[in-house]
Order: sequence, then structure tokens, then C-alpha cells
Amino acid sequence: MSGTPLLEIEDLTVDLPTDRGPLRAVSGVSLSLAPSRSLGIVGESGSGKTMLSRAVLRLLPAGARLGGTARFEGRDLFRLSPRALRRLRGRELAVVFQDPMTSLNPVLTIGGQIAEALREHLGLAPRAAMARAVALLAEVGIPEPERRARQYPHQLSGGMRQRVAIAIALSCEPRLLIADEPTTALDVTVQAQILDLLARERQMRQMAMILITHDLGIVAGRTDEVAVMYAGRIVEQAPTRALFKHMRSPYAEALLAAIPRLHAPPHTRLAAIAGSPPDPTRPAPGCPFSPRCRYARERCRSEAPALSAENGGHQYACWFPLPDRAAAEA
Amino acid sequence: MLGLVGRRLVYLVPVVLAVTALTFLIANLLPGDLAIAMLGDQATPENVAALHKKLGLDLPLWQQYLHWLWAVLHGDFGTSHRTGETVLHAIAGRLPVSLELLVIAELGGILIGVPLAILCAARPGSAFDRIVSGVAFGSLSVPPFMLAILLIFVFALRLGVLPATSYVPLSQDVLGNLRGMALPGATLALLEWPTIMRVLRSDMISTLQEDYIAMARAKGLSARRILLVHALKPSSLTLVTVIGLNIGRLIGGAVIVESIFALPGVGRLLVESIYLRDFIILQGGVLLVAIGFVLVNFLVDLLYAVLDPRIRHGRA
Repeated sequence: MSGTPLLEIEDLTVDLPTDRGPLRAVSGVSLSLAPSRSLGIVGESGSGKTMLSRAVLRLLPAGARLGGTARFEGRDLFRLSPRALRRLRGRELAVVFQDPMTSLNPVLTIGGQIAEALREHLGLAPRAAMARAVALLAEVGIPEPERRARQYPHQLSGGMRQRVAIAIALSCEPRLLIADEPTTALDVTVQAQILDLLARERQMRQMAMILITHDLGIVAGRTDEVAVMYAGRIVEQAPTRALFKHMRSPYAEALLAAIPRLHAPPHTRLAAIAGSPPDPTRPAPGCPFSPRCRYARERCRSEAPALSAENGGHQYACWFPLPDRAAAEA
Repeated sequence: MLGLVGRRLVYLVPVVLAVTALTFLIANLLPGDLAIAMLGDQATPENVAALHKKLGLDLPLWQQYLHWLWAVLHGDFGTSHRTGETVLHAIAGRLPVSLELLVIAELGGILIGVPLAILCAARPGSAFDRIVSGVAFGSLSVPPFMLAILLIFVFALRLGVLPATSYVPLSQDVLGNLRGMALPGATLALLEWPTIMRVLRSDMISTLQEDYIAMARAKGLSARRILLVHALKPSSLTLVTVIGLNIGRLIGGAVIVESIFALPGVGRLLVESIYLRDFIILQGGVLLVAIGFVLVNFLVDLLYAVLDPRIRHGRA
């Protein structure tokens, strides 16, 4: 990690309005991503990972309140004028949403939806933009791109639609792509193809990527770094290899244990994390994971741990981190 | 597409039969008699009976209806027994007035309602939205005759800029015609826009919550393009239905407005024919309205397919 970071988030908080008062969806998150690097953000539903990405894109629901700062190439994202924000979105900062069934406009053609970003940001003429759109469709692995470009979203399968969404995101050569659970709504057989497509395009274009998922297995081997989120906070962050080699937070360990194993004997009980995430409208003192943590002790329930100082890039927020198994065995 | 056209034409047959049969029945339940209306109340019973026989009014009702239907199927819509004018001629003379009024009313309603709906949906709950929605709600509860009288009072009596009752055919004097149509057209347009505005506003607000709108924002598109290209088209199905129903209703003429402004439209023709027991004219007019209604709804169905490709491909 050298030079200026592409994206630098400091002490970010997101408060969402609810009937029961404000809900702290993201609470004091700091992150940094260097150009052309990739970061996985992992957490279960409600951990704030999607709100974190929406805050960076400034696509939060009406009434949401932002705190902290987020800088993209040194520009403060929260202070950009609407005009500057528009020029950034889609041009330098692109996103792929979770559900391709709803993220494409049903009444506009596939080609038109790719071409409009090209026309908006690169000023291409209609014909040139359409030709680029067809080339992009071919690049993301859609057969018969000329014909598909004239079709509407409902004429394509889910996997194909997600490829189209990726083509839209890639169209203006963004410097950062945020993929928000890009494979969650897809068939398992298609998931790997889409993830491989994203990884390939990232390599080729030297583009930075944030991959948001609830599945630790997806980020393994696909991103440079991983941040694990729980209840709006980062509980562990490390280079991917270091994290999988030695998980320090009990939450990350529990998440990994929750992945069903292909080689387990049939009818093995699926591992799940007992209990459910804390109610974000009523924050309790102590570590938010303590009610569900099998290692929790007295201190965990009364005092919340902060993210530890950086130690070879590995940070964690836990009073009693898991011992280094490799070291213990040696 | 051909299948759709065919289905609609088949649908036309029972509608027209039911509507005309019902009109025949109701018209004949009314007290009063065409022969007495024609001969005056001094007519002798013999004269009345003779006229009944001549006009076929002595036959049972169902036979009268079948006679009429048979003639219509041969292109003969009948002749007014009272004036000797053919039904086609009578309606053809009145239809342009009603159609012009219809076009002015709908265009006016759309031109006021659609932009306001888009602006309100862009910022729901804003001061602008609340004021416009309030005015729309108020307008909905104003009866047409009151609005007409108010407009006459202000523009014809007080300001004296527009005539209240002066119909000039379009072919004679375009400007004079438009001046005469201004107040009745405005009355109807002011009654149309609130429905158009409310329907489109609420559909647009829900469309703007869709994922694909967030996607359009993430692409860096302008607010204008998001509203007009990404949100308007998928939000306009209910709007098209409402406009279609309004047009269907206005084909038969706007009875109250035509009467207040003394416009020689289809609506007044039909009301007069009821007063004078001129049921042949009434039947012809009702037939026209029924066919018009079915045709407009057919056009609405075609428009659905234009607006939404999922309907075009039979998948929604």
C-alpha cells in the first residue's frame, strides 16, 4: 500500500430514520483502499455493509444522516456539488447491485441502458455509443451481442442480466467498482462465472473493487483484503491470506463455520450463529457480538473493544482474540 | 397483434348489442309518445294510431328492436321521424363539436396534470407538492356546472375577454371557433387535470423507489433524464387507462358543459332526443358512444404494449 489511497473512509457513520428513532446502520468505520486493489466486505444481513457502500455512492434513502468523511482521490464525497457527484458516479465510481431482476429498467433496451452512460459521460454520439455497448456485451460474455442489445431485460436470464449490469458498470472505465452482493440473487452455477468475470475485468482494467458479500467463501482468493463487519462496525480487517490463516475475532470464525461444506457427510447439521444481531435502535454497552459469542466473558458485556492498532495489516476488535492455532500447534 | 385486434372486435359485438338493447328498453319505459309529440296534444286517437302503424310503433318492443338492428346491419341507421333528418347526418353535424371539446379538454388536462405530477413526484412532501395536491383535491370536488358558471362570470361578464355562448364552426372562422371553445374547453380541462395529476404522481413516486432508479442515479444521469426517461414511461400505464376512460366518456359529449355553453354537440343532441322522444336519434347516438368506448379502450390496450415491452411479448 503506497501512494495516496483511491478511497479513504474515516469514522463514517450512517443514521437512518425509523419510526422508533434514528438507527445507526454504520458506526465509526474507517477504511482505505489503494488504486487497483480489491477489498471484500463481509457480514450478515443488517451488518451495515450495504449502507456503507451506499454512503460512498451517496445513494442513501431520504432522511439518512452521514457523519465522518469519505474521500475519493482526495475529493470529499460528502461535500461534492450535485454536478460533481453526477460526473463521478458511473464515470469513476460504478456499482453492480444485488438483484439483476430489478436493477435494469424494464422498459428500456439493454443496449440503450449501456449506451446512455457512455453518451452522458464520454459524450459519444448515439451510433458510436451503441457500437461500444455491443462490444461491451461481447466482452462480458453475452452471445449474439447485436441481437441482445436490442432486447429488453425480461428477455434475458438472471445471469445474463447481471452480465449486462456489469457491462453498464464497466462502460466508462471506472477507477472503483462496488459490487454489492453481485451473486446472491443468482443460481449457484452462475455465481462462480460472474465472480470470475468480475475478477478478470478488474485485473485487465487495473480497477479497484469492493466486493460486498455475506459469504466469506466468496472473498477467499478473490480479494486482496477483507473487512468483516458486525452491527455497523468493522470487527476484523486483514489481508485476505492473513485473515484465513489466523482469524482473531470469534465473529469471523463463526461466519466461516457457517459456510456449508461440500465434503461434509450428508445430513450434517448446518452450522448457524446462535441468536440474532443486536437491535441497532437500542445500542447496549459492551461488545455487540457478546450475547452470541461463545467466548464472551464479563468484560465483553460491559465494555466495547476498539479496533486494535495495525499489526502487519491485521486489525481486530476483541478483548480476547482467538489464539494463533498454527503457533499453538508448533 | 392480429390476435389482439380480433379479440377486441369480438368483444365489440356483445357490448354493442347489450347497450343498444338496454337503451331501447329504457327509452320505451319513459312516459310520453313520439306520435303525440309530433301531432301535438290535440291529436285524435285515430290519428295517433295511424301514425303508430306507419312508424312501426304498434309492434312489440323486441320486434321494433330487431327491425332497427337489421337496418343498422345494412348500413341504415334510420331517419328521425320528427325532423326527417337521417341519424348519420344529425350525428355527423354534431360530432365535430364534441370531438373538438374532447381534444381541448384532454390536451389541457394532460398539459397541466403531467408536468405537475412529475414535479410533485420528484419531491414528495415538499411545499410545492402539498400545495398542488391540495388544489387538485379541491378541484376534484367542484361540480362542473359551478366551475362553468364561475368561468363565465370571470371571463365573460367581468373581464369580457371571452364569449360565454357563441359557437362558430371551425371551418368558418378558426379564431372565432377557438374563442368560443375556450371557456367550455377550460371547464373540462380543469376538471380533468386533477385525476391525471394524482394518478401519475402516485405511480411515479412508487416507480422512483425501484432499484433501477437507484441504478440510473449510480450511472450519473441527470435528474431530468431519470424522471423523464427512466421513471415516466413505466409509471404511465394507469395514466393511459384513466385518459382512455375519460375520452370514452367524452365521446358521448359533455352534456352539462355543452348545455351551459350552448354548444351543438352530441351530448345536447342526445338529451334533446330524449325530451322529444326521438328514439331513433338516441339509439344512433348510443351506438356511436358504445363503439367509441370500445375503440378507445382498444387503443389503450395497444398503447400498453407500446409502453411496456413485457406486455408486447406477452410475459406480464
